[in-house]
Amino acid sequence: MSEVEAAWEAVIGLETHIQLGTDSKIFSPASTIFGEDPNTHIDPIVCGLPGTLPVLNQKVLEFAVKAAMALNLKIAKHSKFDRKQYFYPDLPKNYQISQFDQPIAEDGWIEVEVAEKGKDSYLKKVGIERLHMEEDAGKLVHAGSDRLAGSTHSLVDYNRAGVALAEIVSMPDLRTGREASEYASEIRRIVRYLGVSDGNMQEGSLRCDVNISVRRGSEAPFGTKVEIKNMNSFSAIQKACEYEIQRQIKLYESGEKVVQETRLWDENKQNTRSMRSKEGSSDYRYFPDPDLGPIEVSHQTCEAWRAELPELPVAKRHRYVSEFGLSSYDARVLTDERQMAEYFEDAVSQASDPKAVANWIQGDIAAHVNAKRISYSALPLTPENLAEMIKLIEVGKISGKIAKEILPELLEKGGSPTLIVEQRGLGMISDPQLIEELVDELLSAHPNEVASFRGGKNKLQGFFVGQLMKKTGGKVDPKLANQILIKKLKG
Amino acid sequence: MKKISAEDVRKVAELARLDLPDQDISTYACQLEKIITYVAQLEKIETVDVIPTTRALEVLNVTRDDNVKSTSVREELLELAPHREGDFFRVPQILAD
Repeated sequence: MSEVEAAWEAVIGLETHIQLGTDSKIFSPASTIFGEDPNTHIDPIVCGLPGTLPVLNQKVLEFAVKAAMALNLKIAKHSKFDRKQYFYPDLPKNYQISQFDQPIAEDGWIEVEVAEKGKDSYLKKVGIERLHMEEDAGKLVHAGSDRLAGSTHSLVDYNRAGVALAEIVSMPDLRTGREASEYASEIRRIVRYLGVSDGNMQEGSLRCDVNISVRRGSEAPFGTKVEIKNMNSFSAIQKACEYEIQRQIKLYESGEKVVQETRLWDENKQNTRSMRSKEGSSDYRYFPDPDLGPIEVSHQTCEAWRAELPELPVAKRHRYVSEFGLSSYDARVLTDERQMAEYFEDAVSQASDPKAVANWIQGDIAAHVNAKRISYSALPLTPENLAEMIKLIEVGKISGKIAKEILPELLEKGGSPTLIVEQRGLGMISDPQLIEELVDELLSAHPNEVASFRGGKNKLQGFFVGQLMKKTGGKVDPKLANQILIKKLKG
Repeated sequence: MKKISAEDVRKVAELARLDLPDQDISTYACQLEKIITYVAQLEKIETVDVIPTTRALEVLNVTRDDNVKSTSVREELLELAPHREGDFFRVPQILAD
């Protein structure tokens, strides 16, 4: 960072839309299945035809409240839905049912671990202003051009219209692009742990808009903020913020002004461009939706839902360090996906060494799971069998090298490692008498090398170890074999 | 009672996407003011002891179970639209105003 840049501080807030994974839409029984033919999942409620009555999906309420609890938000005593009016063809009713002044939850926070290659990681508490429920809009295909500009007309698919969303608005607490992307990843991790959303950014189940401004130092008033849209990966969020911070600093440094506007991130060009929309022209004229009654979630219901929350990633990260003695890096990797974390915990509960379990999972097992695109619950190697294999190494029954040899079979077919070791005769030779006999045979077969060693060529010890391993197919206990070998060579 | 200005009429017309010719603006301003004055009679009612509400029926927590029910009205809905193209609704060029 240059001296000029260091004098500036960026102020970033995120609006995150999470698609809630319900079977039917938020206010209608139409299906939410992704990727079907255009306008397959539309009905009179989705299209807002006269005489239709939207009714809130109970599962949407449950998912929104659970997500809110995981984000330490306070659940509203009284909440309602409002109509947000604007004309755009992706909105079939010309208004979106959303929540304006009485959202389902307000005033929360999450702890984010900010880690970047080559830098020390740190914890950051990020405030969350609110979470509210709303319906998604449809999808537009611009004909005659891949962009809006230049298209002759547009085609509308309302399959996504009316799909339930939770919008999560952060406080402007983020200061770097990395913090913004780590915050978004943590939100995704949390909703995936809860099972309320798949958080798939490519399919649009998780979308982030960034509000960003820069100011001279941390005490100065906020600068003019710019909204950035269209990032479809966490790295794009980081890069878009970093690009925008630079752009705004350059404008101020050259005496120009930042214009309040919405800009689009261009993944190919790696920059942001203005949407050229007239700011301040929007006037949503929110008013309470007369078709939908208010919501009051009882204390009893809240507590019942709270009891169903799983242990969250942040709690697991802390516990893995304090209880299992893992590094914060290991804890972070293992808790990224709930299934991986649970697999790890199951193996550790079989009295295995947590560090050894962590290493095996992060190494060969994760590589296999990723390559095969399978889930941990579908892995033939059960956590119990993994623990058993690690135990075999610990008691000296097999070497780590042998474990690596039998692992592919365990990953593909599963089964008991003890049985495989026995069937294949892979158990380690750890009987001292047997090893002594083997060493005697070896030394008498190589009299010249023995003489050289005794003449001072210490390096030849490696030669003997290698020969011994070759002779036994790598199955001799290496520690014991070395001790005996040295004793005999020097003897 | 606030006077309805020509500016107010233009704004409402723009928000409602109505194309109002200039010569009609004063007519509508006058009519809108009459309507609002009529409705403003409600302000005379004493409401100090009335709990504010947003609806006529006091209902609470009306929800339904998360069950999918497919309808077979897709074709009819597409046919109701001014224009369609295959399985899409077709709309005129969108101006990013």
